[in-house]
Amino acid sequence: MGEGGVIAGQIFNGISVASILLLAALGLALSFGVMNVINMAHGEMLMLGGYLSYLACRVLPGPGGFLVALAVAFGGTFLFGVLLEVIVIRRLYGRPLDTLLATWGISLILQQGARSLFGPIGVEVVAPHWLNGSVSMHGTLAGLDLPYVRLFIIVLAIAVLGLVALFIAKTAWGLRLRAVHQDREMAEALGVNTRTVDLVVFALGAGVAGLAGSVLALISPVTPTVGQSYIVYAFLVVIVGGLGSLVGTALAALLVGLFSSSLQIFTSVSLADVLLLVLVILFIQFRPKGIVVRRSRAIEA
Amino acid sequence: MNHRFLLKLSGFALMACYAASILAGAGARPNVPPSPAPDTPAVKVGVLHSLTGTMAISEVTVKNATMLAIDQLNASGGALGKQVEPVIEDGASDPAIFSQKAQKLIQQDKVATVFGGWTSASRKAMLPVFERFHSLLWYPVQFEGNECSSDIMYSGAQPNQQIVPALDWAFQKGYKKIFLLGSDYVFPRTANLILKKHIVQRRGTVAGEEYVPLGGTDFSSVISKIKLAGPDIIFNTLNGDSNVSFFKQASAAGMPPSKLAVMSFSIAEQEAKAMGASLVAGSYAAWNYFQTLDTPANKKFVAAYRAKFGEDAALDDPMAHGYIDVMAWAAAVRKAGSFEPDAVRKAAAQLDWEDSCMGKIKFAGNQSLYQTAYVGQLEPNGDFKILWQSKEPLMPDPYDQLAFPGKSCLIK
Repeated sequence: MGEGGVIAGQIFNGISVASILLLAALGLALSFGVMNVINMAHGEMLMLGGYLSYLACRVLPGPGGFLVALAVAFGGTFLFGVLLEVIVIRRLYGRPLDTLLATWGISLILQQGARSLFGPIGVEVVAPHWLNGSVSMHGTLAGLDLPYVRLFIIVLAIAVLGLVALFIAKTAWGLRLRAVHQDREMAEALGVNTRTVDLVVFALGAGVAGLAGSVLALISPVTPTVGQSYIVYAFLVVIVGGLGSLVGTALAALLVGLFSSSLQIFTSVSLADVLLLVLVILFIQFRPKGIVVRRSRAIEA
Repeated sequence: MNHRFLLKLSGFALMACYAASILAGAGARPNVPPSPAPDTPAVKVGVLHSLTGTMAISEVTVKNATMLAIDQLNASGGALGKQVEPVIEDGASDPAIFSQKAQKLIQQDKVATVFGGWTSASRKAMLPVFERFHSLLWYPVQFEGNECSSDIMYSGAQPNQQIVPALDWAFQKGYKKIFLLGSDYVFPRTANLILKKHIVQRRGTVAGEEYVPLGGTDFSSVISKIKLAGPDIIFNTLNGDSNVSFFKQASAAGMPPSKLAVMSFSIAEQEAKAMGASLVAGSYAAWNYFQTLDTPANKKFVAAYRAKFGEDAALDDPMAHGYIDVMAWAAAVRKAGSFEPDAVRKAAAQLDWEDSCMGKIKFAGNQSLYQTAYVGQLEPNGDFKILWQSKEPLMPDPYDQLAFPGKSCLIK
């Protein structure tokens, strides 16, 4: 494999990592930005999506089974998000520390629940055969293989980003969401039901995380702690991206993904993690509000 | 709520994430089986493995094999006329908890000995406890050597009984350009340190050396580096679930085990079954026990385990060691006529077994086990086909002479 192939391969790897990070972080960014809620159980939505797609693939082992599994993962975690919002988040509104503790507790309960139900051993979702194989490059990029699975994840992430952007920009619900995002009190005064907007935002975020868990299952096992290994990076992405900004989140995911994959080629995987954290800390020093600064009409408390 | 507060809050959230993983194991309850009737004298032994957390995948089955051995021991009259009462504790995949629980077993339960541990980190955490109280730990897992304590019986393979024989086999097969891939902790780092010395001495090439944090799931960059290096074989010391991610992503990138040979040191029958054997079929492994060993003693062991834990249960190397540790302890107690750790460990070093489930074994003076090295290839059904075995049981050597010249193990 030539040098061009290596560089192209790492860029591809970076984008591939970024697309999973984007799916994982999107929900966090939304609930952070619109509701000021930090959901510590967000990683477990990933895990839930993974286990749901495992179950769906068990029931429907055919080649189309995985597409159903994606839908099940999204729908299931969406509903779980609704449940979580109604039972817990809504009751702790405006009490960020309590929300933090409560969602952390939920995260522990869900992890142990998964351990009791499915066992500590990771379960596996076998990729359908149409995702086996890879695109092989020729010419200057000879030797470079782009696995279908990773291409699929990238396409899915872009599609989800597009759909969420459309939802926010074009639908009536999106309009309400933007209104609440900009100025909650004023939106409320104008008759927007902010409770329902919060519910939709939270459930949507959970659903997208479920999708992330579902595609993650194609490349790694689903374990009770799978969410934990991604939640830290998802938080990084949200902080770098700027709270509650879709564009910022997408850019930050891309940055984090590309940085870590290029650092990994020059150093080792462990050292790349350390360097990434150092870079993020430096970045926050210079742009404490992230890539895209939120312009709010609300008076900051 | 302003932005700065949210940033602080999320910083706290990140810290809490880490704290959660530490605290998660702390509340685990010990599982103490009912004690025998008060008129039968019993001797307590500790069984200390991770029953929760990331290591539970491997350690629960070793605990099961240990319990099988204790049951069989009790059925045949126990030790020195006493029933053996196991006190089971959960190390929760956390070295600090292993150390606490070891101390609890020794001080509070007054156990005669302890069977347990898996990761080197857990063993290193327990070592000072056993040395302080002069108790005895039976450690059932292959490890990196470079340690030698009179208070531990190391029945798992030393490097010269697993990784070095695997290297000899690879060179015999013509695999001379070797890529070293491992999880980032003490066993892979030390194993690779030894391997590198031996590869150079045998005039082979180290094609590359990469480590991924424990539990890591993204191998895209590592796979690029492997492709670039173009090795003959990968020597894989990844641990746990990382293996699934690695094999899945390597296959997707056009490097299934059928195209690029992989020799794994942490994939046994249990792990292969949990990962889905089709994923890793065709890869190689080096151990001192395979479930497919064709001996009457092994068939009896496999049948007894399956009768107790289910017909489709898989057995592997650390389980076999967990089982023989109990049997060796009982025999040593019988020979010494005492439960006293000093007498037991000295008696153990004078015993040998012609036909254990692992074949011919005996404890050496350095309290490690003479045992045969095997290389197997994983078949699609999850069993290993045995391709090669050492001519005789190999003498255990905790200090590889190339990597640690001049060091040796002296136990009085």
